[in-house]
Order: sequence, then structure tokens, then C-alpha cells
Amino acid sequence: MTQHASPPRDSTGKVPSAGAPPAWRGLMARADVRTLSLLGVLAVLIIIGGITKPDEFLDTRNLQLVLTQASVIGVVTVGMTFVIVSGGIDLSVGAIVALASVWATTVATQEYGFVGILFTAVVVGLGCGLVNGMLIAYGAIVPFIATLAMLASARGLALQITDGKTQIVTVPSVLDLGERDAYVLGIPPLVMVFAVVTIIGWLILNRTTFGRRTVAVGGNAEAARLAGIDVRRQRLYLYLLSGLCCGIAAFLLIILAGSGQNTNGNLYELDAIAAAIIGGTLLSGGRGTIVGSVLGVLIFTTITNIFALNNLQSDVQQIAKGAIIVAAVLVQRRTASTT
Amino acid sequence: MAPEPPLLSMSGITKSFPGVRALDGVALDVQAGEVHCLLGQNGAGKSTLIKVLAGAHQPDTGTIHWRGEPVTLRSPIAAMRLGIATIYQELDLVEHLSVAENVHLGHEPTAAGFVVRGKVARESTAQLLKRLGHPEIDPARLVGELSAAQQQIVSMARALSHDVRLIVMDEPSAALDPDEVDNLFRIVGDLTAAGVAVVYISHRLEEIRRIGDRVTVLKDGRAVAVGLPAKTTPTREVVALMTGRNVEYVFPERPAKDMAAVGQPVLEVRGLARNGEFEPLDLSVRPGEIVGLAGLVGSGRSEILETIYGARKPDAGQVLVDGRELRPGSVRAAVRAGLGLAPEERKAQALLMLESVTRNVSVSSMSRFSRGGWIDRAAELGAARAATRELSLRPDNPNVPVRTLSGGNQQKAVLARWLLRGCRVLLLDEPTRGVDVGARAELYAVVRRLADEGLAVLLVSSEVPEVLGLADRVLVLREGRVVHTAPARELDEHRVLDLVMEGSPAS
Repeated sequence: MTQHASPPRDSTGKVPSAGAPPAWRGLMARADVRTLSLLGVLAVLIIIGGITKPDEFLDTRNLQLVLTQASVIGVVTVGMTFVIVSGGIDLSVGAIVALASVWATTVATQEYGFVGILFTAVVVGLGCGLVNGMLIAYGAIVPFIATLAMLASARGLALQITDGKTQIVTVPSVLDLGERDAYVLGIPPLVMVFAVVTIIGWLILNRTTFGRRTVAVGGNAEAARLAGIDVRRQRLYLYLLSGLCCGIAAFLLIILAGSGQNTNGNLYELDAIAAAIIGGTLLSGGRGTIVGSVLGVLIFTTITNIFALNNLQSDVQQIAKGAIIVAAVLVQRRTASTT
Repeated sequence: MAPEPPLLSMSGITKSFPGVRALDGVALDVQAGEVHCLLGQNGAGKSTLIKVLAGAHQPDTGTIHWRGEPVTLRSPIAAMRLGIATIYQELDLVEHLSVAENVHLGHEPTAAGFVVRGKVARESTAQLLKRLGHPEIDPARLVGELSAAQQQIVSMARALSHDVRLIVMDEPSAALDPDEVDNLFRIVGDLTAAGVAVVYISHRLEEIRRIGDRVTVLKDGRAVAVGLPAKTTPTREVVALMTGRNVEYVFPERPAKDMAAVGQPVLEVRGLARNGEFEPLDLSVRPGEIVGLAGLVGSGRSEILETIYGARKPDAGQVLVDGRELRPGSVRAAVRAGLGLAPEERKAQALLMLESVTRNVSVSSMSRFSRGGWIDRAAELGAARAATRELSLRPDNPNVPVRTLSGGNQQKAVLARWLLRGCRVLLLDEPTRGVDVGARAELYAVVRRLADEGLAVLLVSSEVPEVLGLADRVLVLREGRVVHTAPARELDEHRVLDLVMEGSPAS
């Protein structure tokens, strides 16, 4: 009997080893294949940077610079991710950053010091988001058109305020935040703001009713309405959120540049949309992750940095970015069809 | 002498979409010069069948013979080359192009291969329009400026601009006035006299009497009758084929006592009306009672439910829950008052297809699991699990994506959503549409059990046996009007069919 029992034991003997993959797969699923592949791409980029410019790229100052540059567009991208997940689009983010940055750096505003600048940047961002949201949610104007109009108007207003001149910031407490003395454990304050915005954004999208409603509206607006969700109010809040992120980004940009300019935030809308898309956010709405978007931002910023260190022109950078967007979407479509 | 082969002969056509078998071994044969009518309820498979015929869908199995030769309709162009033209209900015209440009779209008369000869196109279009009895339509006008009836004529002119042998018309009379319908029938007569076959889809039985030669009836993706004589088959028989049961469903027992005598109504509808959809309607539903609305397509059934739910704004009347009036046209007010809707188009109107069962179930009760907007996911999962278990939803794992469920279990997910919400009035619109025949009895039992636990249920179904078997009380609708109200046990299928067709010709 024991001899008969041994063949089954062989097959059951495989069960523990066959039981291991589910656990491994569970871990994979939790970490998400897409996130891992984005991390892989980032790792490859870092290796390329390390090989081509070993001294300059891996230098602490350079890494701090990359992260600082990523912070401004990163905060914008977090807001953009929410909007795209809800099935919308915000083309006005770059223009709002510009308007907020110049409004917050006028001579009159600077008289109110640090608080005046921060407050103005945030309020201008929220104000633009409010207009976008009202037009889209209650005026039934499609997001593309409403935010395109905001793009044009906000840039125009920014030019009008500055008359094309650079507005130098003279408030020391603002400028100090960009100095090395302000770094905590080697981390620039801007990067910390980015990290905090990312964490809060992740929590809102994944752990709150606001996040759930955003996903529901983007996944199926009619089903969301019939389930009792106030779809219009949710849309208004989402554009307010994007405006708020633009206001915060404008403040970061003021610290970084030490000035406000009407040309700030140029093409941020494209960078933010591209980062969200390669991060796995569906342009049609209903699905997206903050982690993916942030990794998208880091990938783009790292590429820019490596290209700059290797003295490659920005035209080459643009071509590379375009290729990466197409490749990312193609890969995602393959993984989407297999799951 | 061998008989002439039919112009078109389809057999064993099967077509599945994820979760649904839209066509299940359907046969259709059409003779040259006949008007062959295709009948069936919404979702019976008519649209899928004509899309197969138009080359827009590829069947999974089955054969198509065209004039005796086997063919495959690989694309709409292939079908068009054979001489099959389709006029869809949703007209596929380009609004910003002229009539002539639309008619010749894709086969423009050209000089030197690419220069469009506009004048030639306009002249040939004018000829076609004249033949169709509408010489007043200017070929140079933009299609977007025309009326719906005129657009339909243009669509027909486009079909005739090809060398056409078979025209499929999908509910061509739906958007037409009576005199325009007469013109349409004259055109159909001219076409068949010239040897062209017409596949005619309509819900209006009297039209089929007037112009039809033969009738094929589809139900649940199967052809339940093929090639019946259109003029002589009794209407009742046709309707029974469309709406009747093809399996003996098991309906749950009704409670012994008469619910009509128990309790105050939880839902009251007074004089509710929407112009052109349904006339002033009064009804009430008590806790524990299932009230059914029976009627054919176009009787205003779904519109009534959606208006009660606030998804459509009424032109007149009130909806009261526990005697308190709801804000008209507000879904949120209805949901807050305890109404829940399981809509006809589950995937488009109820489900978040990318999401898990849990999130689909909890979406209407999120405030219950959240504090300050913060979701307690353990509580959410537990509640979703309890609600789905109560309805025996399979698989017993609320974390799976809702799109992987069968039709019946997707419906259960929608019901679980309202169960969790603690809803008191459930509005069911075609609850077994897209649900496997075998799973229906279980859904019926679930609905009855929910009613026994005190829920008020208002049920709409195009299947008369379903309404009669499940409801306690039945309201019979015809053309937006309640024509009869009675306890379900006092009605039978024939009586209801007589009522829904009363007054229509040749009943």
C-alpha cells in the first residue's frame, strides 16, 4: 500500500512547488506588472545615464536637479491624472501655471511676502479650475474646448500682466527654499512637496469616496448617474483639483526660477498628458494610477537630463519622447488584451 | 425541373459576443421579389443578423448562399458588391456633405479616375430621388438640413445607386408620418415588382400585414418561426412567438394572503406623463408587492420606469414615496428616498465594467463605509460579500471583475447594489434580458424573496409569461396608455395579448 501511495506523493509533492507560483503571482499582481515595467524602464535609463556620463549623471547634485525639475511637472500631472481618469482632459494646465506664477510675482503681491505669493498662486489656480469646471459641468462644454479656451485666455492674461517682462522675486523667504541650505537630509523642499502631493493624490484616488466617484464617472458616466452619483458636481471638483495642483506647481516654479514669467509652463499640458498615458491611465477614462503617472514624469525628466548631459539637442529628445509614448501604449494594449 | 434557388439562404448562423450568444443557429431564406419580414423583441438578434448579412459582423458558424452559391461576406464592401444594401435605423449619412455626395459616397463618378464629376452625380441623384417619389429634395443641399424622413429617402437612394438585389430596411417607418409611410410602401412595391428582395424589420404588425409576403420570427437569438405567410398567420400566433416562453419557467409561489389588502403603498405615481412617450399614469406599489407592466415595444414601458426614477423629467404628474413627493427629474432624490433601478441596458446604464464586483455593489452606498470621505475597505468588502452571498452570486468572490460574470450574475450584482443601499422600491426593467434561460428561475426566486422581505417591486418585461408568472398585479400598456389592470392570477397570456393589440388592424 505504501508503494502505491508513493506515486500520488510524487504528484502531491509537486503541489508545494506548484503552490509557490500563486504566492509569487499574488505578489506580482499586487505590485502590478505595469508599475514593475515602468520601474524597469527607469532602471534602464539610470544605467544608460550611469554608463554614458558616470561622473555627472550619478552625482548627488544632478539627481537632486532631476527630482527638482520633476517636481513642478509632477504636481501638475497628479491633478491631470484625476481629470483623465474621470474621462476628461485639461489642456490649460501650462497656461494656468504661467498665469498663477506671474500673478503671484507682481510687485503688489510681493509686498505681502511669502504668504501673499503662495496664497495668490493657489487662488489663481483654483479660480481657473473653477471656471473650467463650471463650463464643463454646468455649461455642458466639452473639456477639450473649455480648457483650450482657458489655455488661450490665461496665457493672454499672463502676457498682459507682465507685458512680456520677467518679474524677479525679491522675497528672501521664498528664494531661500530653493537654496541648498533648505535641503533636509539632502532632499530639496520642492521634492518634498511633490512627494506629499503624490501621497495625498494616491490616497484620494484609492482610499476615498472622491476617488471612487472619479473612477465611476470616467468608467461609465451614465451608470454613475443612475447609481445616484452627482456627476456634474464631481466634474466641477475635478477641474478645481487640477487648478489647485497648477497653483502649487506655479509656487514651486517661482521658487525654482526665482521669478515669474508669462512663458512659464510651456507645453506642460502635453508633458502631463504623456506622463499619465505612459503611466497606464486610460485616455478614455475609468482607469489610472498616481504611481504610474509619477513614474512617467520621472522617466521623461530623466531622459531630458541624460540627453542634456550628452549634449544632444532637444529635437532628438522630442523624437525619443514621441517614440516612448507610442511604445508604451502599444505595450499596454497587449497586456490589456491578455488580462 | 429543379426549383429556382432562393436569392439568399442563410443557415445555422451563430454569433457570440462576450457573455452573450446573440445568434444561435439562425436560418433565413429570401426569394427574389418578396418582402420578407423579420420580427422580434429588442435583443432577439435582429440587429446582429442584419449586420452579418451586411458583412459588418462575421458569424462564428453557419453558411450563406447567394443565388445558390456559397459566399462569405467578409466586409460591408463585399456584401455591397453582391448587391446587398442595408438601410440602418441609425442613418449612416454624413451630415456635412450634400445629398448627391452622400448618395455617391465611395463610388463617386469621376473623370480621369479622381476628379469628382459633381454635375453627373447630382443628375443621377435627382433621377433616383424622382424614382423614390421625392423630386423636391435638392441633390445639392446638405443632408444635415433635411428632415428625418427625407434623410431616409436619401439613404434609400444611396442603396439604389448600387446595382442592388436585396435591400435590408431596419425599422424604416419608425421616424415617419403616416403619409410618408404610404410613400415608403409604394417604393417597396416598386422595388419588389422589379425583382428586388426586401428584408423588412418592424415592430408594427399591421405594416407587416400590408406589405409582407413571409415572416421570420426571432427570439433569444433563435429563429422560432421561418417563412410564415405574412398575410394569413393570425396576429396572436405571431405575437405569441415573439413574446412566448420557449422553456417552462419555474415561477416562485405567491404569498398566500392578498397583498393588495396589506399596508400603505410605498410608491405612488399620480398622473405621471411624458409627451409622446406615455399618457398620464397612476399606479401604486405596496411593500411586498410585485407590480408588472406588460406591453409591446413602443408601449412606453422603459420610459415610465426611467421617469419614475428621475432619469427622465416628467411633463406632468408626481412620484411619491411614503406620501412625500420626489423632486422631479432627480435621480439623486429618488435614490435618497429609497428607489433603485436595474436598467434594461445593464452594461451601458448600470455596471462599471472595469471594476470589481465589490465596487459595483458599493457604489451607491459609499457613505455607509466612509468617514469624512475615507473608505473603510474591510467594511466595504464585508458588506459586498454579504449582499452578493444573499443573492447566491457566482463566483463567490466579490474581488473578481464584474465583466467576467455571466449575464445573470451581473444582474445579481446590480440587485446587490440596491439591497446594500437598503432600497425599498426596486424598479426592474427587463430583468432577464441577456440572462441564460437556466438562470432565470433563480432570478425570479430572488425577486420574490426580496418582495417577501418587504420590498416593493415594479417590473417591466416584454415577455408576457414573465410578467404574469412573477407579478401580483399587472398593468397592461398599449401605446403609452394603461388599458387594463388586474391581479395576475385573473389574466392569461391570450387575454394580455388581446389587450396589447386591441384596436390594431387584423387582430
